[in-house]
Amino acid sequence: MTEIRGIYTLWLREIKRYLRDRARIVSSFVQPLLWLVIFGSALRVLVSIGELTYQQYIFPGIVGQTLLFTSIFIGISVIWDREFGFLKEIMVAPISRFSVFTGKLLGASTDAMIQGILVFVLGALLGITVNPLILGEALPVMLLITFGLVSVGLIVASFIESLESFGLIVNFINMPMFFLSGALFPVRGAGVPNWLQIAASCNPFTYAVDALRTVILGGSWQPLFPLYVELLVVTCFDLAMITIGTWAFGRRK
Amino acid sequence: MEHAIETTELTRRFGGLVAVVKLNISVERGEVFGLLGPNGAGKTTTISMLCTILKPTSGTATVNGFDVVKQDMQVRKSIGIVFQDPSIDDRLTGRENLYMHANLYDVAPGEQKSRIDSVLKLVELEDRADDLMRTYSGGMRRRLEIARGLIHCPKVLFLDEPTIGLDPQTREHIWSHIEGLRKAHDITMVLTTHYMDEADRLSDRIAIMDYGKVVASDTPAALKEKLEGDVITVNTKEASKLSSVVAGTADILRANVVGGGLELTVHGGKALLPRIVEAAAKNGIFIESVSLREPNLGDVFLHYTGRAIRVEGGEELHGVTAIRRRRIK
Repeated sequence: MTEIRGIYTLWLREIKRYLRDRARIVSSFVQPLLWLVIFGSALRVLVSIGELTYQQYIFPGIVGQTLLFTSIFIGISVIWDREFGFLKEIMVAPISRFSVFTGKLLGASTDAMIQGILVFVLGALLGITVNPLILGEALPVMLLITFGLVSVGLIVASFIESLESFGLIVNFINMPMFFLSGALFPVRGAGVPNWLQIAASCNPFTYAVDALRTVILGGSWQPLFPLYVELLVVTCFDLAMITIGTWAFGRRK
Repeated sequence: MEHAIETTELTRRFGGLVAVVKLNISVERGEVFGLLGPNGAGKTTTISMLCTILKPTSGTATVNGFDVVKQDMQVRKSIGIVFQDPSIDDRLTGRENLYMHANLYDVAPGEQKSRIDSVLKLVELEDRADDLMRTYSGGMRRRLEIARGLIHCPKVLFLDEPTIGLDPQTREHIWSHIEGLRKAHDITMVLTTHYMDEADRLSDRIAIMDYGKVVASDTPAALKEKLEGDVITVNTKEASKLSSVVAGTADILRANVVGGGLELTVHGGKALLPRIVEAAAKNGIFIESVSLREPNLGDVFLHYTGRAIRVEGGEELHGVTAIRRRRIK
């Protein structure tokens, strides 16, 4: 009971902080907007993938990208907490490190999910075919993806001391994961270099993006793997990251 | 009676640096125990080990009868901590911070409101409880942190430099809160401080630490008495000359050249004072002013650590015989 109350408290704190930070909410609109409107519209003229327009094609990729970037970047809040001393208050509280990690994970995942849902709203405004049913199907997949990605950010944050290095290191993780995932272009098929295909199949985020595309685009998308295989890969990734994350948070000097 | 805190040969190393060396202290239930020492003496490291933040390299310690390594959860439940550095969430309100703490420490939901109201009243922050912490002044934040440390009714409260960086009014205010606590609650307090007046006023017993060891431990009164002597301060530009002139005079126990003068620890200060002035005049040393006082805790501190305390910003209080910086976080 103590542990559950502790987790709830830490979750609630993240949500309150998120909702009070209006700049963060507004800015979360901007990046997906740039990708969908500028990048999506510009390349639409040149590229179409099967029956899909380019904008339709990248939409699930941009949903995934928003989850990727926000989730991993939220790890920075751990560094802020350390810098401003609040982390000590949590670390000396009589709850387990697993609960501390879980509370942070659930809170950050909720933030990232809100961002992801906002991209759906944006997509609907831009005339991409989405409806509440599709969103309903996509949500569990999004949540599954988010857990692993938030854990990555929290792991990085538990090893890195400064805000500056966190930003740098996160870019080294974010960017390759994003570009090698098929979010912006197909990573399988004729003409795709062999090395890119191999690199993409080693990237867990590839499976996440493809799963999102499968549930969002439905029949008009030919998945790389069966959905259950992709979800299995993402689940294994989540479990590995959560295990490492709990260990990283539990280290006592 | 079982001690509130007991350490046995408690040691902590950071790489090659030994921050705390074979520390043996025991704190009685219900007392206020002051831990004094220069920067880097090992005070915060000691407290961190007692609060289960740091693991001892060797040795053991018990808090409320629980082992700090093997029973860390029980230790955490039974203690409250006011850290040296701020540790509140400034994006939340005061009350939200307190609710969060109550939940983390498993205070029953039915009791939370009344406990929070009572600690807010104790530190007189009822009016500001629903404002965001970032709008609080330094003193208010400190008071809220003290309130927070008390919500779960800890048996031992650790106060690590509770009034550092605060103005005299706020310090006075916090002291009276601490004194009030001690009367109203059955609580043991461990206080670390740089301020001698603070230690003198609040502590029942004091341990002076230097280089990770306890160099003296007793009640403030007994420590002062042990120094047995008055302090004569002579303000003059020729302090070292005066020092050699009076050297060898019976009844002068110690002579220290400090910034802008000479500080003498003597037997029978009243009788000695005119003779010192006379000796100075004979040797053509101009004296600007003299003063005589009984020893205070600062003198005790100087006596045992051989140098004066450096306060924030590195400003010197008294003459520093050796400046060695060993700041440990």
